[in-house]
Amino acid sequence: MTRLVRRYGREILLALILVGLVLAVGARAPVFLTPGSLNGVLTDTAILAMMALAQMVVILTRGIDLSVAANLALSGMVVALLSEQAPQLPVIATILIATAVGAWLGFLNGALVAFVGIPSIVVTLGTLAIYRGLVFVVSGGRWISSDKMAPNFLSFPHETLLGVSTLVWIAALVAVAMALFLGRTRTGRGLYAVGGNPVAARYCGIDLDRQQLLVFTLSGAVSGLCGYLWVARFGIAYTEIALGHELSVIAACVIGGVSIGGGIGTVTGTLLGALFLGVIVNALPVINVSPFWQMAISGAVILAAVVINARAEKRRGKLILPEARREAAGALS
Amino acid sequence: MSDAARYQVLDRAPTQWRDRLLRWETILLIVLSAVIVFNTLQSPYFLDLYNLSDTTQNFSEKAIVALGMALLILVREIDLSVAAIVALASLAIGFAARAGLAPAGLFAVGILVGLACGAFNGFLVTAFGLPSIVVTIGTMSLYRGIAHVALGDQAITGYPSPYTDLAQNFLIDWPPIYLAFVIFIALALCFGAVLHLTAWGRALYAIGNNPVAARFSGIRVDRIRFVLFAITGALAGLAGALLTARIGSTRPNIALGWELEIVTMVVLGGVSIAGGAGTVPGVVLAVFVLGLTTFGMTLLNVPGIVINVILGCLLIAAIAAPIVLRRAGAMRPRRGRRS
Repeated sequence: MTRLVRRYGREILLALILVGLVLAVGARAPVFLTPGSLNGVLTDTAILAMMALAQMVVILTRGIDLSVAANLALSGMVVALLSEQAPQLPVIATILIATAVGAWLGFLNGALVAFVGIPSIVVTLGTLAIYRGLVFVVSGGRWISSDKMAPNFLSFPHETLLGVSTLVWIAALVAVAMALFLGRTRTGRGLYAVGGNPVAARYCGIDLDRQQLLVFTLSGAVSGLCGYLWVARFGIAYTEIALGHELSVIAACVIGGVSIGGGIGTVTGTLLGALFLGVIVNALPVINVSPFWQMAISGAVILAAVVINARAEKRRGKLILPEARREAAGALS
Repeated sequence: MSDAARYQVLDRAPTQWRDRLLRWETILLIVLSAVIVFNTLQSPYFLDLYNLSDTTQNFSEKAIVALGMALLILVREIDLSVAAIVALASLAIGFAARAGLAPAGLFAVGILVGLACGAFNGFLVTAFGLPSIVVTIGTMSLYRGIAHVALGDQAITGYPSPYTDLAQNFLIDWPPIYLAFVIFIALALCFGAVLHLTAWGRALYAIGNNPVAARFSGIRVDRIRFVLFAITGALAGLAGALLTARIGSTRPNIALGWELEIVTMVVLGGVSIAGGAGTVPGVVLAVFVLGLTTFGMTLLNVPGIVINVILGCLLIAAIAAPIVLRRAGAMRPRRGRRS
């Protein structure tokens, strides 16, 4: 029991806070606790959760991917245009195409990081602008609305299985796959090794370039998948969809206890971080708080989360100066 | 992570012509010349003094903030909340204008609000030892969130004309120059002098190259970090005052996305994201490269978002080119320590 607490202490704490938050909202507005409402929260959070998981994998290796939202918009636009041209396309093909487009865009990021050696924040800052601009180029600046998309394209995310929407099932699938990958495969464990100490990891024989390619391609693939789901769910594709969403994704990771210095982060924590943001967004209208409060509250939550996480991360040992501790906690690299 | 940028501390400028040619400022100067020549050939309206003067309005405010951001990135920090600080400063100016403050007072309010926001960032980063990228993602949300709460979907308009005239009219009629551009140039000179000519400026390079060693050699690392955050915040407040005067209104989404444009200016200016390398002239040149490229393409009727694609390519190409060239150079029989 104590081992469990020590190992998952942060996740348990976060889960307790989350449950407390849900109950507190429920106490003021019991309608929030109905299955339908909670189901809605899950559906709303599914895309954010998937993207946060992919972002976590990148951050684990001390990288960052700022291009995810632009990738989502571009992949989403590509399949929306495709649906307009070829309405008979089966949904599974659409999903594969969106994922492939996203993976290719992510691969480009990874290639620039791994083979050219540009820091990931710079690469993805550039591709963020490029991918977002390409949405405009491929669509000619048009809005593709739901009447131009095929019915099966649109209905897929809204279909339910056992009372839960496809979106949530897909997110659950991605989460399980991610947990198995990170916890049960050699490559997955290698990601933690590299984030913890890149030099030591290289001496252990881990191919850092290959790993960079892998994490960015993975991040891109998930963004592409979410691109289709986003467009189909909201029934519209245009240049500015999910604008600035990359920062919410990173925020979900941070709340979930992922260390920006690399090497620390869990699937459970990240899912809880995404859910936390999702609950806040959905709870505010229920308790009659103006939605304009949402941004300020999530900002405060992020700050509280980083302060708490940094305290938990502090390593034991003899540290001569505060600087060394700071270095250990991991500054921007 | 480029080890070369982090650990090489040169006492004097490199002397080999090859190295000098590969210096960031030289590359930027070549790119800038190419941009000017290309655009002059493409459009007769490019080299028009009034057009050029008008185009400075599009980048001067961001460029002012970029000066502070450059110093932050130099010491391995970053401030993603600058655009949100612009919004919050603009909000405060709006309330102050309703209260009937004079233009000088409005500028003071903007700068003070920015200073306070920047100091709060600096406090969180230095007091708790937190990574600045995470802290400022949080404060970005917080500051802009406050603006959203205060304004909702409303806007503050009707600023007094003595205030708006400051940014909308020429400061001097001939040569035609706007206030924001004058402030940018003046601040660039100050920042360049402090960074490149004073011991305090050298200390920033020391911190950027190795914070722990800098601390052991007696540099007050955390105090300097705090001051840099406060300065950057104050500059964002000043930019907010100029922007509010120029567009004459305050909305919660004012200056949205500026943080990434400002970071692009700094990175293109040759400031290493890993810290410890970069110059003020480089940043100034990058500001002009970005500003004039945008202006030239606007003259050619390229849509704004397509311009962003080209600027994104420019950013990646500019960072990649020297790395690729150096690597090609390192293949030859010189000291070949690749990492």
